[in-house]
Amino acid sequence: MNDSLGPLGRRSVLLGAGIAAVPLLARAQSAAGNTQITVDRARTAPIPIAIPSLAGTPLGAQIADVISNDLGRSGLFRPIGAAAQIGANDAGDTPNFQNWKAVGAQALVTGKVEGGGSNVRVEFRLWDVLPGQQIQGTAYTTTSTNWRRIAHIISDVIYERLLGEKGYFDTRIVYVASSGPRVKRIKRLAIMDQDSENNRFLTDGSWLVLTPRFHPTRDQIVYMSYYNNRPRVWTFDLGSGRQTVLGDFDGMTFAPRYAPDGNTIIMSVARGAGSDIVTVGTGGGRPRALTNSGAIDTSPCYSPDGSQIVFNSDRGGDQQLYIMGAGGGSARRISYGKGRYATPVWSPRGDLIAFTRLGAEGFAIGVMRPDGSGERILSESFDVEGPTFCPNGRVLMFFREAAGGAGSRLVSIDITGFNERVVPTPTDASAPAWSPLLA
Amino acid sequence: MNHKAIGFLAALALLGACADNNGASTGAATGSGASASGVGGAVPGSQQDLVANVGDRVFFGYDQSTLSSDARATLDRQAQWLQRYPQVTIQEAGNTDERGTEEYNLALGQRRANAARDYLVAQGVSGSRIHTISYGKERPSALGSDEQAYAQNRNAITSVQ
Repeated sequence: MNDSLGPLGRRSVLLGAGIAAVPLLARAQSAAGNTQITVDRARTAPIPIAIPSLAGTPLGAQIADVISNDLGRSGLFRPIGAAAQIGANDAGDTPNFQNWKAVGAQALVTGKVEGGGSNVRVEFRLWDVLPGQQIQGTAYTTTSTNWRRIAHIISDVIYERLLGEKGYFDTRIVYVASSGPRVKRIKRLAIMDQDSENNRFLTDGSWLVLTPRFHPTRDQIVYMSYYNNRPRVWTFDLGSGRQTVLGDFDGMTFAPRYAPDGNTIIMSVARGAGSDIVTVGTGGGRPRALTNSGAIDTSPCYSPDGSQIVFNSDRGGDQQLYIMGAGGGSARRISYGKGRYATPVWSPRGDLIAFTRLGAEGFAIGVMRPDGSGERILSESFDVEGPTFCPNGRVLMFFREAAGGAGSRLVSIDITGFNERVVPTPTDASAPAWSPLLA
Repeated sequence: MNHKAIGFLAALALLGACADNNGASTGAATGSGASASGVGGAVPGSQQDLVANVGDRVFFGYDQSTLSSDARATLDRQAQWLQRYPQVTIQEAGNTDERGTEEYNLALGQRRANAARDYLVAQGVSGSRIHTISYGKERPSALGSDEQAYAQNRNAITSVQ
């Protein structure tokens, strides 16, 4: 790994997992904020951005493809790709902005890739085509096997510099992969990059597994397993592969998530005629009950600041959404629409709660404000459920099952309801959870 | 004929008029039909005996865990059968139909398993002989997405351990 000082004597920044980043300045540097377009505007007028292949090894074209795919799939950018390749792509050259203006590009990405094996250097520059100025330049140094992460990190830089918000491309999805006939369904935990690459299975299907979630900072997952016919919450350390049952509970434990500080797991414990929401330290220890209603209390989710919890309860007669303080205590109902409400998740922006709504006509994915107002339905189907937010709160992923269990797919959608897309997976898929940004 | 097929066919015959979205009466018990004589060769006190001669499952209304009179009748027979074979331990598995979310259905399935277990205990079966488990909507007995299949899948299934 390259630990050297950058061109202007700046120390490289470590982005975790052995990626170093160094700024590259240019003579004509655009001030931050000059070309920012809001996300709202970009939804109606996607930013045309030229992303020709980076110069250098085969990685140059691959990296450009991944960036182009990331930005295009967001629906907020219109990539102009290799077909419009004009002029040299050497990161040191000043581009011929007239040519790029002629094809309608507002922004341009250039760069080059050098080296290979354990020492690859990726330079990229983001240009503002109209004034002809560089917006950002960075050189990343890492092993060649990390090239996809470099591409996603660059996608996030482009998103952030042009839209003024952090991106969500350097992230992963953990989900349940299912296969086999419906009477003998095999379910395995699986993890992949958010663009469906690098998919791998974490469990072998010997035991039913459900509802995985990411730790906010560590390389760890919490989930539910039917190991030895005892349905319980487990943690999975992604580095070591070690799976550890959480605590020693007599009854079924399920619906686990991590608190925002990563030190606590919140989940349901089956008790009496229903289930209680409890918290327990991530390393184990004595559980603390937050609800004791005698009803089914489940699917808890912390607010991003950790001060409140939204959850699903039938204490009022049927499944609805309630909010209580993080210490438990009295809860107020927030869902009052037509139907039953489930699977609440709080946006990382704090402004919305996404949910599954169940009614006579089928299921729906929607959002509402934390006070219960402003309910909007985003997608309706026979069976859609289980929304998860990307780290910037702009995109939801959920799963959709065909009637009779005939296949299930992951689906993503912008929270305004546009750009609904199937997320490719190698098998049927359900129960997705979106990781935080990796860097 | 395997026990799943017997349960399915018997229940199908009884469900005709009862299948209903919210009907609390859909507790139609499976049974061996009218005959109390065993299917040839079922070992007394075995899983096959339970399914063929007693009835291994009870059914519930949508989003419900209350026992209907039919359900109680089946559980009465199970309790008597368990008294006759005191060495038998059982699993009570609660299931739901697919018209619900995963986590809530895990809890609802547990409620159904508990309801069956609690009734058996009230009839004198020792609780230590009964292990409960919920599969939520993960293990449907009946395929299909019609009311008949849904009614089949809202159940608590007793099985010999």
